[in-house]
Amino acid sequence: MKPFDYRRAVAPESAIADVAGNPEAAYLAGGTNLVDHMKLGIAEPRLLVDITSLPLDEVAETQDGGVSIGANVRNSDLAAHPLIRSRYPVLSQALLSGASGQLRNLATTGGNLLQRTRCVYFQDVTTPCNKRAPGSGCSALEGYSRYHAILGASDDCIAVHPSDIAVALAALDATVVVQGPSGERSMALTDLHRLPDSRPDLDTVLEHGDLITAVRLPGLPWAERSAYRKVRDRASYAFALVSVAGAVELEDDGGAPGEVPVIRQVRIALGGVAHKPWRATLAEETLRGVQATHENFRAAADAELERAAPVGDNAFKVPMVRNTMISVLHELTREYS
Amino acid sequence: MTAPLEARAMGSSIERLDGVAKVTGTAPYAWEQPVERPAYLHPVQSTIALGRVTGIDTSAAEALDGVIAVLTRHNALRLEDTSDGELAILQDDAVGFRGQFIGGVIAETPETAREAAALVTVTYDQEAHDARLSADRDDLDAPDQVNAGFPTDTVQGDPDAALAGAAVVIDRTYTTPAEHNNPMEPHTTVAQWTDNGLVLYDSTQGVHQVRRALAPVFGLPIERIHVTSPHVGGGFGSKGLPHSHVILVAMAAQLSGGRPVKLALTRQQLFSVAGYRTPTIQRVRLGADREGRLTAIVHDVVEQTSKIKEFAEQTAVPTRMMYAAENRRTTHRLARLDVPVPSWMRAPGECPGMFGPEVAMDELAEACGVDPIEVRVRNEPHIDPESGRPFANRHLVACLREGARRFGWEQRDHRPRVRLDGDWLAGTGVASSTYPARSQPGSVARIRFADGLFNVSIGAADLGTGTWTVLTQVAADALGVGVGDVRLEIGDTALPKASIAGGSTGLASWGTAIAEAGETFLTKYGTEPEDGDELEAAAPKNPAADEYAMHSFGAQFAEVKVHRFTGEIRVSRMLGVFSAGRIVNPRTARSQFLGGMTMGLGMALHEHSVMDPRFGIIVNHDFAEYHIPANADVLDMDAIWLDEVDEHAGPLGARGIGEIGIVGAAAAIANAAYHATGVRVRDLPLTPDKFL
Ligand SMILES: Cc1cc2nc3c(=O)[nH]c(=O)nc-3n(C[C@H](O)[C@H](O)[C@H](O)COP(=O)(O)OP(=O)(O)OC[C@H]3O[C@@H](n4cnc5c(N)ncnc54)[C@H](O)[C@@H]3O)c2cc1C
Ligand code: SF4
Repeated sequence: MKPFDYRRAVAPESAIADVAGNPEAAYLAGGTNLVDHMKLGIAEPRLLVDITSLPLDEVAETQDGGVSIGANVRNSDLAAHPLIRSRYPVLSQALLSGASGQLRNLATTGGNLLQRTRCVYFQDVTTPCNKRAPGSGCSALEGYSRYHAILGASDDCIAVHPSDIAVALAALDATVVVQGPSGERSMALTDLHRLPDSRPDLDTVLEHGDLITAVRLPGLPWAERSAYRKVRDRASYAFALVSVAGAVELEDDGGAPGEVPVIRQVRIALGGVAHKPWRATLAEETLRGVQATHENFRAAADAELERAAPVGDNAFKVPMVRNTMISVLHELTREYS
Repeated sequence: MTAPLEARAMGSSIERLDGVAKVTGTAPYAWEQPVERPAYLHPVQSTIALGRVTGIDTSAAEALDGVIAVLTRHNALRLEDTSDGELAILQDDAVGFRGQFIGGVIAETPETAREAAALVTVTYDQEAHDARLSADRDDLDAPDQVNAGFPTDTVQGDPDAALAGAAVVIDRTYTTPAEHNNPMEPHTTVAQWTDNGLVLYDSTQGVHQVRRALAPVFGLPIERIHVTSPHVGGGFGSKGLPHSHVILVAMAAQLSGGRPVKLALTRQQLFSVAGYRTPTIQRVRLGADREGRLTAIVHDVVEQTSKIKEFAEQTAVPTRMMYAAENRRTTHRLARLDVPVPSWMRAPGECPGMFGPEVAMDELAEACGVDPIEVRVRNEPHIDPESGRPFANRHLVACLREGARRFGWEQRDHRPRVRLDGDWLAGTGVASSTYPARSQPGSVARIRFADGLFNVSIGAADLGTGTWTVLTQVAADALGVGVGDVRLEIGDTALPKASIAGGSTGLASWGTAIAEAGETFLTKYGTEPEDGDELEAAAPKNPAADEYAMHSFGAQFAEVKVHRFTGEIRVSRMLGVFSAGRIVNPRTARSQFLGGMTMGLGMALHEHSVMDPRFGIIVNHDFAEYHIPANADVLDMDAIWLDEVDEHAGPLGARGIGEIGIVGAAAAIANAAYHATGVRVRDLPLTPDKFL
């Protein structure tokens, strides 16, 4: 581990100035990803600006009926928050499916979104990796790719983004509030992370020094009917092989008694499949306005997965995503279908 | 021969005597041993799998504040004996596997040492390495013998003819992956050279074995190496014999100006230097009549070793004694690769070697339409098929029957894929378990009466298994006193020599020495000894070992649920029934059995060291990527045992229990997964993708 300086931030503005002005500076939140990377030699910041004392730890209702989540809110606190549990069960479930109790007590909302891939080659500095060492090659393409992407990958990188909550937030149309050297802006969460194309070294569209201050959830009453399903290699404490975040709103009338109801609105996002949380827009389009039947669920999954391009070890993810998506849709419409 | 002990303290579930010290953090593991002004070592490891080191630039590392010295082959101690290719580090420029130690940095803090190690730049002359195991290689080769001294191949009768003539033939290939022993406590050694020689605080399964292994390597008389290891946080075989990190830290301690040097391997480092279970490829052929009576068993194993040191797992050895069959062949072939050195991991041989055959027995039962328990019972041998000796205590059938009763096996509908619990397909499976009941002669116990207490000392080890507690119980019964009248000392070469904590031999071997010493002590000094009365006695050889085939047995039952859409798999229930002789302490024994079964569950569902043959490394080398069971994976699990005393197993009547709990567990789970899903998975681990 390289020697580094440590500074505790007292205000967002000065923290941003400290980091933006120093290419070797980094924000430190819970440290559960960054400190590992420092030990492994993946990240070598010379200055850590600890942002955990900044007043970014509120969960508050917004005027439009949504919720604003401070970037420093710990994963465990957010998962347990009554507003999240009652209005956005998909997010609470995603939080609780991540990591372990100890890690969730430390991990923050902002840090979770910006955690980096778990690709084993990325994490081993003795192997080539375009994301860690641009131009060195991608070891996963012909290597251990069981956990890797089936959608939106490039010849330069097939890594997946590992965050669970990002998948739930993508489904919920969350926005991310970012404060940078030149002021505040916000963006859709689905625009925060990038696809790898020829620049896998860039996980997100953020500039050096940009500070995530909050994540906003829009008012979405029907998200009460939402769920997160994570499929993994062991029952707990494992990254997703694939995951599905879903929310469904059915037409009020529900059709005549005994008739299968029609889907009015639906949100689906996939985890473990791409370099970013994958909003399944093609599946959503297929489902909008159709009946909640197994055949329609399957058609939606097929529509989304038509572009899937597995690389070797991960071909199983295609049927796994399909089945999991169908299973979640059944669960969300069960009392009707 | 030592007389059988009368069990008074033995058999009671007293709490761990070292428990309070452990949970309050006051039990000194190797790293916590108080030493003066320690320095810290961080290794430098090769980043190629085969070739030569052409240059090591240590200048940047040396320039770092707080660095005491940089160790390379240029300043490393010359070893007297370099015949062990694993231990002979830093003697020349050759690299034999990726991750091999080629240097180290000694510094004032562990952080400085680690940073400086990253600053050492190494250049190589790289050669094309070979790290790909397959059964199709044309250079597979037969070792002279396999681990524990067993013959490489055996043949009885004419298995090929018997297979050709068999009414039912099962011919399948099963594979088990490489797995890494991951004890909770890192592999840790603190080394210091003093006027008296080398002092080591080591995390080891045998202090006396460490010094016996190291003495020739360093060219030291045995008395000049002192090893202390009172508490060990798990070993599973990987701390059985010293690995190269012990050599490295001893070398470093020569460059520290006399200061003690501490090394604790990181989790990542463990994956290349602390041993592992070889992957195995097992072709199993069973020939049987229509009722499932075996006529032929053939078990051909392909596995790997490192080119720099041979380790040949005895995978097919249990097949030699498990079931009756007139015709039988077992073989072991090795791929010699440029990979880290495999070694012992909990139940070497039996653990992987009972996977293929016990799944094959399930396939045979199905092919014959016979209950899987019944098919095993029908093939019960009357004498050991290999040696022709009678079994000392073979209670496999009793374990199977008792387990069947408790598990509710009788109601089982043998058809696969017909039970649904919500979205989960459910099934049950069974497999046999066995482990040799060995004890090692030659351990010595000393008893000294002082301060009103019987001080019992023996250089044994407690890996978290309960040795502190159970040996105290044994000593109490050997002396006819209460547990509170005994003060035990273990884990130090200053104490009388003891055999290794390995092969499930510890309790029987050390306990016999204590029983012998107790008997002699009482004969010599009576029941009212005086202060200072003292003697030593050695465990005699167990004469029964030459007359009987001595094995423990067990039956593993599993209930498995597999999600019909996602393929996720859960072991909802597990029961192990074991026959292991006298159980000296039910509390610690249960924990051993359950621990073994949990590790077997991990073997079934999770553990998989993924070798990337292009690099020669295990790529998933940390606990986030290398999975062992989490609490949520271990649901309803129980272990019970037959109430028995093995009259052939020495004065304690006890056989070892550290390993049998893992044996057969993976096969039972795989068999249950088949029963649940109709999908026969023959390659471990049973991950969700295999059931889609
Ligand atoms: C063993 C293990 C298992 C895990 N399993 C899972 C899992 O199953 N699912 C899952 O989703 N995650 C999992 N995680 C990852 C864990 O969720 C993340 O490590 C954690 O969320 C990161 O949050 P942090 O606050 O600790 O971030 P840090 O490590 O402090 O920071 C991570 C990155 O974000 C930057 N950063 C932090 N906050 C901000 C901000 N406000 N603005 C701008 N930049 C910022 C930092 O500079 C750093 O680059 C696991 C981690 C481990 C170690
Ligand atoms: S997939 Fe991406 S992160 Fe992994 S090795 Fe390739 S470039 Fe690196």
